[in-house]
Amino acid sequence: MPAVIETREISIRFGAFTAVDRVSLMVERGEVFGLLGPNGSGKTTLIKALCGLVKISGGEGRLLGMDVRKEAPEIRRRIGYMSQRFGLYEDLTVRENIEFYSGVYGLTAERHARRFASVVELTTIEPYLDRRASQLSGGWKQRLALACAIVHEPEVVFLDEPTAGIDPVARRALWDLVFLLSGQGVTFLVTTHYMDEAERCGRVGYLYNSTLVALGTVDELKRLPAANPPGTARYEITCPNITEMLTMVRALPYVREATVFGQSIHALAETAAAAELAAATCVAPRLIEPSLEDVFVTLTNRIIADRRAG
Amino acid sequence: MSLFAGTWPMLRKEFLHLRRDPGTVIFALLIPVIQLIIFGFALNMNVRQIPTLIYDQAPSQRSREFIERFRAADTFEIVAHVSSDAELYAEIRRGRAQAALKIPYDYADRVLEGRGATVQLLVDGSDSTVSNAALNVFNTLVLLENQRLARVGQPIIEARPAVLFNPATRSPNFFVPGLVAALVQIMVIVLVALSVVRERERGTLDQLTVTPVQPLGVMLGKMIPYVSLGFVEICWVLLIMRVVFAVPIHGSLGTLLLLAIPFLVASAGMGLLISTRANSQAEAFQMAFGTMLPTIFLSGYIFPINNMPLQFQMVSKLIPTTYFIDVTRGVILRGASLAELWTNGAVLTVMALVAVGLAARQFHRQLS
Repeated sequence: MPAVIETREISIRFGAFTAVDRVSLMVERGEVFGLLGPNGSGKTTLIKALCGLVKISGGEGRLLGMDVRKEAPEIRRRIGYMSQRFGLYEDLTVRENIEFYSGVYGLTAERHARRFASVVELTTIEPYLDRRASQLSGGWKQRLALACAIVHEPEVVFLDEPTAGIDPVARRALWDLVFLLSGQGVTFLVTTHYMDEAERCGRVGYLYNSTLVALGTVDELKRLPAANPPGTARYEITCPNITEMLTMVRALPYVREATVFGQSIHALAETAAAAELAAATCVAPRLIEPSLEDVFVTLTNRIIADRRAG
Repeated sequence: MSLFAGTWPMLRKEFLHLRRDPGTVIFALLIPVIQLIIFGFALNMNVRQIPTLIYDQAPSQRSREFIERFRAADTFEIVAHVSSDAELYAEIRRGRAQAALKIPYDYADRVLEGRGATVQLLVDGSDSTVSNAALNVFNTLVLLENQRLARVGQPIIEARPAVLFNPATRSPNFFVPGLVAALVQIMVIVLVALSVVRERERGTLDQLTVTPVQPLGVMLGKMIPYVSLGFVEICWVLLIMRVVFAVPIHGSLGTLLLLAIPFLVASAGMGLLISTRANSQAEAFQMAFGTMLPTIFLSGYIFPINNMPLQFQMVSKLIPTTYFIDVTRGVILRGASLAELWTNGAVLTVMALVAVGLAARQFHRQLS
């Protein structure tokens, strides 16, 4: 089966600035693919290019087997896009917003009736149909935006930071919707800053400074050699005076990096020095698997170190 | 896919926006009323009752007769009598009077002896409209006085001016037809530009670009509601003009409204052009404001275009209002017909096509 989203060495340049640098990735039907990376790493630009909003400077992008550069009009009818800003008309009611997007996609009257009922049921937005979008809470705005983005039954949906600034319950509800739809064969490409959301994705790509520095399933990434340098291991140090401990641990010669994780410290240290670490911290460091965040922190540090060295 | 894809849903949505925001409609209908009140009642280009001083150096039967006829002309209002040049200049400088009639001490003697007497009118030139009117009327008065004193019976040439089409030279007749054009153009430009830029600001324009909506669909959907609103506004101002200011419409209303369509589309096209360049509503408003002053001052609305230097006349040729003012004044005051006004319609149509075409190209570049 051909990939639903496929990019080959795709590059996007704005003048002298390279926003996306030779990114290659593939997403299959029904997959939920997570695109991660710091602000300005090129996530949104990549999505915009795949939607045909930004010109591709080099390489190739294919969506549903079509070239994004040549077949943009046909592609537009088969994709959905929900930006961080939702693209809703605040002075229009929920019903009018959905009706507008249904009209924009040229749905026939019967198809509109069927799809309208379907997205309203899916998002359970029925009680708010006659409320103005401006009067909805963030979570409901986001559901309305999703309803508008999928009213035309797109095969691929791009969600650009769909959960930014939304409360945890609403976030979870949105992800439930995403998985429900992906179960029906809809492919998702989602950007996010939240690691718990990334862990839900089937596969994840990590963009740093316009380049794709990691790509794979969450488990694959956690086992990446780059994230687990030979002779080192990750330890969890739980203690009450966490800030002082962090300063102390960071100063130890056999600790490569240390970051705070809730009530504990995650430290990447040489395995040979495990006993010394335990002695220095006066607690028993627990050997742990790296979290996705650990992986990204290690990868990022390594890139910075390599750049300094090279 | 049709070039016009998305026009209908866009149009429906725009009308919904207008319905949700009655402020815009009220604004569009209220502003002309305020302007009409200002221009119709407050401003009057016909100069009357200029505050005037009299300096009669030697009052006599002759000089009193002349002053009496001078007073009888409605142009001057005698506010004081002065008795020295110093006093005369001081009063004018203080702004108590804008003109002064000075009759020398030998006026009566010279008139009697037929030796050529002089009377002098001193005018404050800081307001050119007032001073021109004062000088014209004064010259006429002196001419008449000469005829009277010469007692030659019938004058050889008698001046018989006639003012056509606005016999009473009423200001509303001059201002209101121009006001319709200037006001509607400004309103349509501002509203169209803001409505597009608002979508850009809120990110809905980005959302639209990933849908099958075509640039032309977006543009038509944006233009039609405001062109309609402009049309309603034109009818509304004409109604007030007819009923409140009793300005008769000598020509055909149909001709006027027919030519209003290319005028409105050209204005909306300019609004679209602005919207393609502006990134925020504030920026769009500033740019729209930039078109406002040339529209008011260079379109012939207040000042005649023929008196402008050539460069400015060229600018005035780029303003839709210039052509539509010609239409409104033509139809309303002169009773001109379509056969006499069609060139304006043709120019406006070309302007509309060029503006919309340029905007479409710009949109296409931005949206794809």
